[in-house]
Amino acid sequence: MPKIKLPTRSPHIDMTPMVDLFSVVLTFLMLTSTMRQQEPATVDTPSSISEKPTPDNNTLTLLLSTDDKVFLNFDNGPDTLLHYRPRILAEMGKRYNIEFTPSELRAFEKYPTSIGVPILKMKEFLNAKSNKEKTVFQTGIPLDSTDNQLSLWILFARQVNPNIQACIKGDSKTDFPIVQKVLDIMADKNMFKFNLITNLEATKINLQEIQK
Amino acid sequence: MGEIIQEEKGGGKKRAKKHVPHIDMTPMVDLMCLLITFFMLTSALSRPKVMEINLPEKLKDPNQKAPVIAASRTMNLILGPDNKIFWYQGTVKPEDYNNLPPATVLDFSSGPTGIRQILLERNRALFKKIDDYKQQVTTGKIVLHPDSVLSEISKLKRVDDTGPIVLIKAYKKSNYGDFVDILDEMSICGIARYTFVPIAFYEERMVEIAAGITATATTPAK
Repeated sequence: MPKIKLPTRSPHIDMTPMVDLFSVVLTFLMLTSTMRQQEPATVDTPSSISEKPTPDNNTLTLLLSTDDKVFLNFDNGPDTLLHYRPRILAEMGKRYNIEFTPSELRAFEKYPTSIGVPILKMKEFLNAKSNKEKTVFQTGIPLDSTDNQLSLWILFARQVNPNIQACIKGDSKTDFPIVQKVLDIMADKNMFKFNLITNLEATKINLQEIQK
Repeated sequence: MGEIIQEEKGGGKKRAKKHVPHIDMTPMVDLMCLLITFFMLTSALSRPKVMEINLPEKLKDPNQKAPVIAASRTMNLILGPDNKIFWYQGTVKPEDYNNLPPATVLDFSSGPTGIRQILLERNRALFKKIDDYKQQVTTGKIVLHPDSVLSEISKLKRVDDTGPIVLIKAYKKSNYGDFVDILDEMSICGIARYTFVPIAFYEERMVEIAAGITATATTPAK
């Protein structure tokens, strides 16, 4: 019997199938993923059994943080084809006699997350160079009865886009008075239907157990 | 992972290679691993869910009267501090301010002190109807499109006239999580009629009595 010769080189592994698989997974992830954006306030949403997914567009999202600040977002994203965001800002500017330049309107349109900037500071906010400078201006939208900018935002958002739906995204530890205030402002503007953004949680109840 | 290609020395004569040169794919694989990890961590695959709520319209016309509901079917749930719920039956008039009925304290657990127990007990007839219906759908006795199942259930809810009418109110020290939880309980227990209404001053007092909070600066003449 001839002696088996051991190969001197380490055996070569063909990586082509692995690379193929990785490419497929990578392409899938790149196409399906929506980037998670850093919101101006961290919000831990409560959970519910509802299975209805969040609408993609025509939304007006109100972010209520634990320190009683209110932030606004339109359409949950930086841009839609109908360009609602710059039109809403232009209307707001008209009301406060602020002329926004096209580049400022563009910056507002492209801003990826919720905005909680008083309208008088909006110009500075939009012209700020870095994100770090911008976060300084995120002090929440004023909603006192003397200067109720939130109600104007809602008014103009509904004028520009009549199909807009209100979504409320609050932290489970947000104090109720601020929620009540926001709900009252909405009711004043004749918005009575809300979507409360929650996490999914499974709950099952046993009828037999209850009837015992 | 790196592959070491040992050069063979000796044999001075160079021969033309018979097969295509092998390309080392290791760096490419490394890079892809990194990218996949990055995308998996940054992407939000599951979108958050929403829960719908309809608030009653405000009565703007002073001549308009609020709808009258039967006191025996009315359940008043008041969200209080520390994830507690205070509830009482029927109505209380503002004149009873010094003689308020006691409010029962509940929590969000599913045990005997939980809100779910009481809601289910009150709503048993309707809940059983909905449950039976769902049972029939899942066992295949009724074959329907999921949408028509939902509309069928909402029809069951509409014709129901035995279940409670739940009025949800919130004391100022409650939080948003409780609000979502109580609405969630409504959908779990299949309550047909519920709404969110502003709290009255005498109800704030009832919560304060039941929770043992000393009366705060709220004026009764609100």
